[in-house]
Amino acid sequence: MTPPLIELKHLTRRFQIKRNVFITAVNDVSLVMEAGEVMCLVGESGCGKTTTGKMIAGLLKPSEGQILYNGQDITRLKGAAWEQYRLGVQMVHQDPYASLNPSRTIYDIIAAPLRHHHITSGERATRAAVVELLESVDLTPAADLLDKFPHQLSGGQRQRVSVARALTVSPKFIIADEAVSMVDVSIRISLLNTLLKLKEKNGLAVLFITHDLALAKYFAWEGRVGVMYLGKLVEVAPARQLIESPQHPYTRVLLSAIPEADPERTRHKQRIELRSMDIPSLLRLPSGCAFHPRCPFYLGERCERITPPLEARPNGSLVACHLQGER
Amino acid sequence: MSANTLSIRNLRIEYQAKRGAVQAVRGIDLDVRRSEALALIGESGSGKTTIGLGIVRLLVSTAKISGGEMTFRRYGAQSSLEKEVDVLKLSPAELRAFRWKDCAMVFQAALNAFNPVLKIKHQFGDTARAHGYLQGDALRRRAYELFDMVRLDPERVWNAYPHELSGGMRQRVLIALALLLTPPMLILDEPTTALDILTQRNIMDVLKDLRDKLRFSLIFISHDLSLAAELADRVATVYAGRIVEIGNVYDTFQNPQHPYTIGLMSAVPTLTTHRDQVTSIPGSPPDLIDLPGGCKFHPRCPLAIEKCKREEPDLVPTNGPEHLAACWRWQEAKQALGPTLKQEL
Repeated sequence: MTPPLIELKHLTRRFQIKRNVFITAVNDVSLVMEAGEVMCLVGESGCGKTTTGKMIAGLLKPSEGQILYNGQDITRLKGAAWEQYRLGVQMVHQDPYASLNPSRTIYDIIAAPLRHHHITSGERATRAAVVELLESVDLTPAADLLDKFPHQLSGGQRQRVSVARALTVSPKFIIADEAVSMVDVSIRISLLNTLLKLKEKNGLAVLFITHDLALAKYFAWEGRVGVMYLGKLVEVAPARQLIESPQHPYTRVLLSAIPEADPERTRHKQRIELRSMDIPSLLRLPSGCAFHPRCPFYLGERCERITPPLEARPNGSLVACHLQGER
Repeated sequence: MSANTLSIRNLRIEYQAKRGAVQAVRGIDLDVRRSEALALIGESGSGKTTIGLGIVRLLVSTAKISGGEMTFRRYGAQSSLEKEVDVLKLSPAELRAFRWKDCAMVFQAALNAFNPVLKIKHQFGDTARAHGYLQGDALRRRAYELFDMVRLDPERVWNAYPHELSGGMRQRVLIALALLLTPPMLILDEPTTALDILTQRNIMDVLKDLRDKLRFSLIFISHDLSLAAELADRVATVYAGRIVEIGNVYDTFQNPQHPYTIGLMSAVPTLTTHRDQVTSIPGSPPDLIDLPGGCKFHPRCPLAIEKCKREEPDLVPTNGPEHLAACWRWQEAKQALGPTLKQEL
């Protein structure tokens, strides 16, 4: 049996913020992703979704736990195997205004990794590859863009350049961190469609990090969504199942709080109220289940003492909650 | 009889740039009724924030109001019209009084709106002093009352520095501060952008409460359609510096008339839409320095005909006298573009 493309085993990441003060940004997260799979990671700011993405991309070292790439622990990879992993996992960052070098042309930005990794040899081949890459992210006609600088492009175009750059090294896995949040609403969908098309064509696996559950449902229509809260993965389920029958109280609260683009529906939507509006500080994480001080379905002492493990429910969702069944 | 708090006629605002004049607002007519919530929706660069800044006359120095009229109406206790104010002719001193007392604005990016070295109580003190308002204990009592209304713990907030508060708390403090002088009109620019879902929900609930209690007119500027669906009485769609559609919120969402509004609504996935109903609008928003001729949406519009390239349409009544759209082909738009809209799974 072939090992999964990416496996996270009890992944934890702490950051030191003062001499003896640490915060736990990601706390014991385990997750398996297969080749060609689409997954979204959702949660509010500070829940650890970006930190998780950065660890998978090798940009941050885990404090504890392991990341397996094709079954191998990435911290033990050396030489060619390490390079293969680094090329295989690419990241598209949130801010296309900051992630492209302003003093390089689009051609240079895309050509640099091609040359550096000896993917193409000679100017002619490089040029052809750059044009092909730009066209694959629907930047057409590509020839018009080659000599432009990032500031001459719109946010959406820049983000496409950023995706094309990630594709230069033929990755197996792309981590897109809030890749459309800085792009105009009318063109977000076409950018996501480009990513989905690439996934189909190149068999890419995509981890899309977002705070927008509606966008997650759209993107991971055939895939899964994971919900994070204060560093923990609290629910993982196929996207439509997660939206239609959320299991974890936090997921249910989130879904009930989201306004809908339909005045009739949004004004009569059933809301689940939190017990407390205060978001606990990462410096003083609540004991037991981190959601217990705010949880509308709080069960008492058990929630305060015991951290619920992420377990499979009858419908196939993975849920970390003491509460069983509907309520 | 006019029951409008604010009437804008043919307002034009330009920014000077190296390449030429950026036509951010190109002749808009807009009435803000008493106690209504009006949403201005549109993409970034559509001119919606410029409209807001133009109303309180806080445009940057490179901007110029190149034409139009703006009339603000003050009402007395018995809803009698007290005074009409020509906003574009106010002297600097009158303008200072107009801002905050008649019309307050809460800007985007709540942290930047505060002076970082002043405690919240001093920010309130500053505002009160500048407007000859209450001081000392009376001011504190008034602020506590407002904090209660925006669901903040007064004790905690009053003595805090801005950085000690979370984004959602800062946004609510700003709303409270804007309401200090009980203005009859409030402008909110992207009030929930960059806030988390649960915080957004809280701000929305606070705003609903405040409107019920204080009955002010509200203009809120947003790119978020669902926020408009939740809070607005009327919705105006802004595209390339013009209002292309305006109507009652229920009618606009159920029967959008302008191809851009229709496109925008199907470009934003919601929790209940099927994936196949989501379609993006081709192309990107126009360059406001070098605008296309005719209807500014025509290069992206699937219904564009020759006439659209030549003549820019004005707002005309569509399916009702209160629902206006600026499109030559509005009669066909919904039929041609709308069927995928708002269908359930």
